[in-house]
Amino acid sequence: MSAATSPATQDGRQYSVSVASRVNLLILGFGILIVAILAVFPLFGGTEWTRRLIDFFCYLALAELWNLMLGYAGLISAGQQGFIGIGAYTLWLFSDILGISPFLGVVFAAIGGAIIALPAAALVFKLKGGYLAIGTWVIAEILRLIVANIKRAGGNSGINIQATSELVQELGNAAWYSRVYWWALAGAILAIGVTYFLLRSRTGLALTAMRDNDLAAESCGVNLWRAKLYTFLIAGAGCALVGAVQAMYTLRVHPGSAFSINWTAYLIFIAVIGGIGTIEGPIIGTIIFYVLRETTSQWGTWYFIALGLLAIIVTIWSPAGIYGWVLKKTNFVMFPLQRKLRYSGKGDAPPEAAAGGDVSTG
Amino acid sequence: MEWLNAIIQGILLGGLYALFAVGLSLVFGTMRLVNLAHGDLTVLPAYIGLIIVGTGVHRFNPLYVIPIVMVIMFIFGYALQRGLLNFVVQKGEVQGVIVTFGLSIVIMNALQEAFTPNSQRLQVGSLNSASITISDQLAIGWLPIIIFILAVVVIAALQLYMGRTMMGRAFRAVSDDQEAARLMGVNTKHVWGVAMGVALLIATIGGVMYGIRTTFHPMLGADRLIFAFEAVIIGGMGSSWGTLLGGVILGVAQLLGSFAFGPAWSILCGHVVFVIILALRPQGFLAKTVTA
Repeated sequence: MSAATSPATQDGRQYSVSVASRVNLLILGFGILIVAILAVFPLFGGTEWTRRLIDFFCYLALAELWNLMLGYAGLISAGQQGFIGIGAYTLWLFSDILGISPFLGVVFAAIGGAIIALPAAALVFKLKGGYLAIGTWVIAEILRLIVANIKRAGGNSGINIQATSELVQELGNAAWYSRVYWWALAGAILAIGVTYFLLRSRTGLALTAMRDNDLAAESCGVNLWRAKLYTFLIAGAGCALVGAVQAMYTLRVHPGSAFSINWTAYLIFIAVIGGIGTIEGPIIGTIIFYVLRETTSQWGTWYFIALGLLAIIVTIWSPAGIYGWVLKKTNFVMFPLQRKLRYSGKGDAPPEAAAGGDVSTG
Repeated sequence: MEWLNAIIQGILLGGLYALFAVGLSLVFGTMRLVNLAHGDLTVLPAYIGLIIVGTGVHRFNPLYVIPIVMVIMFIFGYALQRGLLNFVVQKGEVQGVIVTFGLSIVIMNALQEAFTPNSQRLQVGSLNSASITISDQLAIGWLPIIIFILAVVVIAALQLYMGRTMMGRAFRAVSDDQEAARLMGVNTKHVWGVAMGVALLIATIGGVMYGIRTTFHPMLGADRLIFAFEAVIIGGMGSSWGTLLGGVILGVAQLLGSFAFGPAWSILCGHVVFVIILALRPQGFLAKTVTA
């Protein structure tokens, strides 16, 4: 798609940097078709499946954002539930206290998430690696404890969102859930789209460089702090948006479930199983997670034990996840991010180009 | 007078937090592994204690059971390190975080499955309620005092162990430069195993003493991990006495907060004090090394 051709070099060879191939155009067309079908799904799919897909898109969006932070910016967060909770409660605040339509409230929830993410980033970026993970967890706990202490918001036992219940009465189940569905779908597409375009941009190059070697990246002029901050803000806003969609889906907010550490457990599981550091991985991971949940979650604690064990096993024996394995076997790329250097014109191609056709970085 | 009571109880509670935190800090120091399962690994020994104490007529005193649980947890820690965690230590911090988070979920849910989510307690009879009365409003329990003294003794012993023994020197050598230590003939895998064993041995003292002091349930691990982490960061990484200081600051903040705003705000006040210290003095109070 984006190809820049250099003027011919002295030996007559031409270089061009390209990202996507023709196959990718085909996949793009196919992807647009799938999105189009998904967009009109509530019109014929029935309320039950619409509800299921809402949940699915929520997890997909969260997993993509978590993966953006870890796989590209090297930020490992155990505290995204803080932003999910803030999103849910912002929706409640705007629709029940301020009287604004919940469908608009979703936007304010995302803004609220970003506003909270700014000071949170300033704090947790003082920590590194695993301690940063616990630091984000502390932030989430602080937010949970504050919210649980607000009596107006129902305290520890949570509260029903009146405005949403009224809207369900007014619109009927089918119309209500299809609207929530469109927000959930928009959230998932936004998460994937923003990740994709962010990584294709200059900041994306900076992020990948940073992930691979932060010292080297910094000495090449990458502003580490800013690149990390952007990712953290985007993930915070996105998680809050999903939190608001979840609140519309359940019609109530509850500090124990909105701010639950289980969110992080699910996200880690999805990203690890699917493949960290790829856009495709979380899609595969979410499908597997969803099937597992629908079939085995009635086993309660054993279900969680299985999730934990699977995450451990995959991390140790196959750290690239399922998509990493697929990539190794088939080289199938849905979202092309690698920049490839192609040689053309007369003259001998360098050995890498002769062997594989192109040299890739990224 | 009540605020004085809150401060004294907070200081004593800090000793307990230090017992939870020292192991987390030791493991990070020797192998750069942030063990997210550490909280759950302090809950586990209380349940092992519960099994050994038994429920029949011939109950053991939980205080005598502690050494047995310590040995069990040392062996468990060594096996866990050599059998599982050594595979991720060298792969990078992210893998370590994911595997230990998974482990945390497994331990917490396994404990729920085996012992129900209900609260339990290790009974020691009269010691549970014995206290020194200083005035009408000020009474200090013997048990918190014993726990605090234990924390001081454990940290002093750990300092001696790190400073005076061959294995302690190996810990520090591996911490400073893994490759160089290996060249000098240090078996890093064994050293890491022992470090995890020692960390869990100390966690056992904290976990079982907590179980004697008050009730416990399988879901406590998350809070334990967070309190331990806060104590380590407040005190400064790599300093054992700093960790005790961090635990004390956290304990005092929680209990003063509870005294001032009510019990529902207690933990939040601890977190807020942690955040303020992180913002103003991210290296902590007694930091020796600035590595994370």
